[in-house]
Amino acid sequence: MMSTATIATATPTSELLAGFPFPFPEDRYRYSTNVQPAGDPVTTPVGQWGRAVVDIDVEYAAELADRAEILRRDPSRHAVLPHMRAAAWDAAMTLMRELAAAYPASMRLERLGDDRWCWNNDLLGITQELTYGDDSTLPEEPLRWIAGQVQEDIVLLDQREQLYGDAGVVTFAADWSFGFDVGMSFLEIHGPVPRIHPEGIIKRAHDFLMRLQPHQPYRRTNWSMTIGRRLDVSTETYPEWGSDRERILLVDDETFGREVHLRVEVQHLIRLPDSGAVMFLIRTYLLPLEALATVEPWRERAATVIGELPADLADYKGIIKYQARTAAWLEAAGR
Amino acid sequence: MTTTPSALELRVAAVADAAPGIRSVTLERPDGRRLPAYPPGSHLVLRCGERTNAYSLTGDGVDPDAYRISVLRIEDGQGGSRWVHDLRVGDPVEARLPRTAFAPVSRAAKHLLIAGGIGVTPILSHLRAAVRWGRPVQVLYGFRDGYAAHVDDLRELAGADVELLPELDDFTARLEEVLVVQPVGTHLYVCGPPAMIEHTLSRASELGWPESRLHFEKFGADVLDPGDPFTVVLDDGEQVEVPSGTSLLEALEKTGRSVPHLCRQGVCGECQLSVTGGRPLHRDHYLTDAEKAAGDALMACVSRADGPTLEVSLS
Repeated sequence: MMSTATIATATPTSELLAGFPFPFPEDRYRYSTNVQPAGDPVTTPVGQWGRAVVDIDVEYAAELADRAEILRRDPSRHAVLPHMRAAAWDAAMTLMRELAAAYPASMRLERLGDDRWCWNNDLLGITQELTYGDDSTLPEEPLRWIAGQVQEDIVLLDQREQLYGDAGVVTFAADWSFGFDVGMSFLEIHGPVPRIHPEGIIKRAHDFLMRLQPHQPYRRTNWSMTIGRRLDVSTETYPEWGSDRERILLVDDETFGREVHLRVEVQHLIRLPDSGAVMFLIRTYLLPLEALATVEPWRERAATVIGELPADLADYKGIIKYQARTAAWLEAAGR
Repeated sequence: MTTTPSALELRVAAVADAAPGIRSVTLERPDGRRLPAYPPGSHLVLRCGERTNAYSLTGDGVDPDAYRISVLRIEDGQGGSRWVHDLRVGDPVEARLPRTAFAPVSRAAKHLLIAGGIGVTPILSHLRAAVRWGRPVQVLYGFRDGYAAHVDDLRELAGADVELLPELDDFTARLEEVLVVQPVGTHLYVCGPPAMIEHTLSRASELGWPESRLHFEKFGADVLDPGDPFTVVLDDGEQVEVPSGTSLLEALEKTGRSVPHLCRQGVCGECQLSVTGGRPLHRDHYLTDAEKAAGDALMACVSRADGPTLEVSLS
């Protein structure tokens, strides 16, 4: 169990740094409706991120293997309520188009005729002819099938009077449970998040999503911290990782810097053009503190932000037990 | 880059008379590439000479080879429909990406589609999608005898599930019958002349339909009344008169101020202004009921003042 849930990676630090979406634009972090149009690349001191709504990096094969294993063990990470069938096809088609646009050397979508397509994903050796809307032309349910080809977690929101999380494939949840949340409204799903309700942030975000238009995707970042190189820190696997938050206080500084990761989600918000559902893509990046500290502006900024974070936010993000040590570690790394 | 530029350069590929006074126009990309997809019930905003007008798309929106609209000529209108009727094959047309504001509800047990006159255009789009995905559907189409567009399309798509009602009395009577026999979870979508939409919604409401299952699109022959004159006070203190028949947006533009805008029909939401004093008279289809009740914002293109003055902020 443990060996599959934690990615054993030999990825060089430079690769992780180059595409890392450092999430702190200022010295203080609070929740906000921090959405911006997607597609504009962001240049960092060591690289770039944000060029496409789907991002393939050196972890592609490892993360997809991880996802497949998690889905095999726990089918509740995948759900498509019956009325979301069209949205699932819409998501699959949209993601194929996005992959083909972003990675034309290895991904191709060819139109064969009315609703007939041929999809090639050279990275995974997939050649698939399919008929749009006909489930029998794919080896799996369409959303699950395409989720096996992108590193992003996917949630599809159905728009009625409100938005409802009625479909998705989520294997890399950060301390939440897709299986528990499926079918809930957007506002219910975000019920546990501190401050965003009285401050009207979540209502503004909801209003924004209700009016999102096709072909005008937006993005935002969110962050937390994870101990170990573990993408699946879902509620379901809490028994495997929950005690790490105490254990990490007992390790030496070198181990602390290697094990504690800044976890950043780049979330893309896309109005699907056929079904009208909203697709939420959540791409998770993990960077160990020891790598982060090699980029001086990041080290300094992260130390300030994490040290200043109010207790309610630190508690919600699950880092309150090791918040102070993280800030101190980052401070010390600069001396 | 995956964001599609919002302006599309299109070309008229075909024109045809769908019915007396109703012109169907097919728009394509000059290079023949497929166009961006759109949810059923979307509208296309066209630059019609000096004006921009929104027209419902009649396709199902999946992987479109063309955008198709059908436009009723309104002789005493603002000129948009006459401009469309004068288009010839090969003419260039500037459009914006389709916008969605009247999409089908995926969880509906059944889709009851009600069209009046040229209001058939988004209903046809809904019907195509319902047929594609095998959704239970029923269509009532009321029109003036001899002036019905897209009858063959509806028939071909849904056969006996489409009822054609050329007499107003028949339409009204049939509506009464249909409204009371729907399965639980049916959603109703109506588009047509304002009086017909109002009648359908109020009868449905009186018969116990929840508001969340009623959807309407006020396009077609909808022409807003000119409204009462009022004075708008800007945040820099300047006062601007808004005469009857002139929109707040037009009055502000005449003073040289630029206000972001697209559709000029209260649909797209681009021209929203903050209201800092006075009461707005909302006439848009964009703000929610709760937002309208709050009274702190309005759509400058269609909404006016409920009283002699209104204070707005342009910043």
